[in-house]
Amino acid sequence: MDTSIWAKMKTQPLLSVRDLSKFYGGRIGCADVNFDLFPGEVLGIVGESGSGKSTLLSCLAGHLAPDRGEVIFATTEGPRDTVLMAEAARRRLARTDWAYVHQNPRDGLRMGVSAGGNVGERLMAVGARHYGQIREAAVDWLGRVEIAADRVDDRPNAFSGGMQQRLQIARNLVTGPRLVFMDEPTGGLDVSVQARLLDLLRGLVREMGLSAIIVTHDLAVVRLLADRLMVMKGGYVVEQGLTDQVLDDPQHEYTQLLVSSVLQV
Amino acid sequence: MTDQSAYNFAYLDEQTKRMIRRAILKGVAIPGYQVPFASREMPMPYGWGTGGVQVTAACLVPEDRLKVIDQGADDTTNAVSIRRFFQRTAGVAVTEATEEATVIQTRHRIPETPLTEGQILVYQVPIPEPLRFLEPRETETRKMHELEDYGLMHVKLYEDISRHGQIATAYDYPVKVEGRYVMDPSPIPKFDNPKLVGNAAIQLFGAGREQRIYALPPYSEAISLDFEDYPFAASKADHACDLCAAPDSYLDEVITDDQGSRMFVCSDTDFCASRRKAGHVGPMGTPMAGG
Repeated sequence: MDTSIWAKMKTQPLLSVRDLSKFYGGRIGCADVNFDLFPGEVLGIVGESGSGKSTLLSCLAGHLAPDRGEVIFATTEGPRDTVLMAEAARRRLARTDWAYVHQNPRDGLRMGVSAGGNVGERLMAVGARHYGQIREAAVDWLGRVEIAADRVDDRPNAFSGGMQQRLQIARNLVTGPRLVFMDEPTGGLDVSVQARLLDLLRGLVREMGLSAIIVTHDLAVVRLLADRLMVMKGGYVVEQGLTDQVLDDPQHEYTQLLVSSVLQV
Repeated sequence: MTDQSAYNFAYLDEQTKRMIRRAILKGVAIPGYQVPFASREMPMPYGWGTGGVQVTAACLVPEDRLKVIDQGADDTTNAVSIRRFFQRTAGVAVTEATEEATVIQTRHRIPETPLTEGQILVYQVPIPEPLRFLEPRETETRKMHELEDYGLMHVKLYEDISRHGQIATAYDYPVKVEGRYVMDPSPIPKFDNPKLVGNAAIQLFGAGREQRIYALPPYSEAISLDFEDYPFAASKADHACDLCAAPDSYLDEVITDDQGSRMFVCSDTDFCASRRKAGHVGPMGTPMAGG
């Protein structure tokens, strides 16, 4: 019985995208994108600069309005098209069920507000009004992203780049979202910090059963984190499939180029 | 000013007053909502109450009796010059007694004497947007008001507690009006916040430079934001007035010599004077002749 419910839940996609297109005047941002994302699944989107992956992510997260297509999210009240949703409802989603991790932590953090305030903001936005509990949650989450509890009152500009990125992740995950959008979460970090961040992300994704869409140009990141992979070029999805399958047996010429371009150390 | 007849009643032309009255009516209809209006150049610098003056000008009728206070006092530069401005341009009667006034223009205080129905309290507002220091983009703050996205307001209070151990915001304390808009009550001390609530007078807020008018109709609800474990508390200096011995009025601390001697006096000069006339004398006061 239990398994059948589980199976049924699994078969309902969390996010399904149909014919999503976004144009910048005559230029293509992204075009005719179709995919389903299931609960607990991590989807990687790779491609070169200008291939439309960030445009796609912005359209999915509601930061940009797509010109065509549907983005259907399984809200608690059933599947809804987030493109047609009222802005208020979309923002409510953005601070409860969704999270968005920016490439540059400065875009995702409030630099003038303490680490605790940054983590607590989403809690307060959804109605938490008990200082002690908000602070407790903030300290707990700082611990989970390996930031010492005594840094809770420090501002993010006193943090290193890696810490800022981890703080941004804590700030996003504190409300227990179901879907996380990540735009190059490891960009601009040195490799050892990247490795720790990836470790942390992998742990959190597995532990919380998060679904995630990760945009990156770093194939190592998708190899470690993503279950499925989408390769974009010139605004179109040229290849998609299981990560290992796409990376080990690339079919499209661009994917072959991409995979062979990685330096082996 | 030489030829008084060249000026319309209360300085502004009738079309401007009409425009401001429309904004005021809209503000009263949507309590706490900031209504944009086409603020005029006034013959005083921004920051001196150009918004309040325009609202007052639009409200005044020849029968009005005007009181102007600045930080509670009737006799400071700002109060004196605005009062004289309307004496000259509108020829209205003026008073210092709160209960006699029909229109009171104020900067940074609500009079201690409870206001009554029919009175209009006009605030001078420097920055009408309560979210401004948290979110610099005007487009975004408007959107946040539209969507009631007010989590950020509590972030400010959170920061206060984490840094100072208590809500250190002592003036400009944000209130939520009638369960909808979060409003900046102009820089009144938070001691005055409870007086915003259920006040019998019409409270109008004018911001000249920022070109916004907003309002609290009589008997409105205005809840000061707080945390469950750090509730709002109206604070004042823990002292009684040294001139009139009032234990419950908002006090100014005045340094009296170079040795650091100080005294606490009511910031509301009319309240203090009327108490002293009624025979209340504080430790440093002298009895006044009864009136």
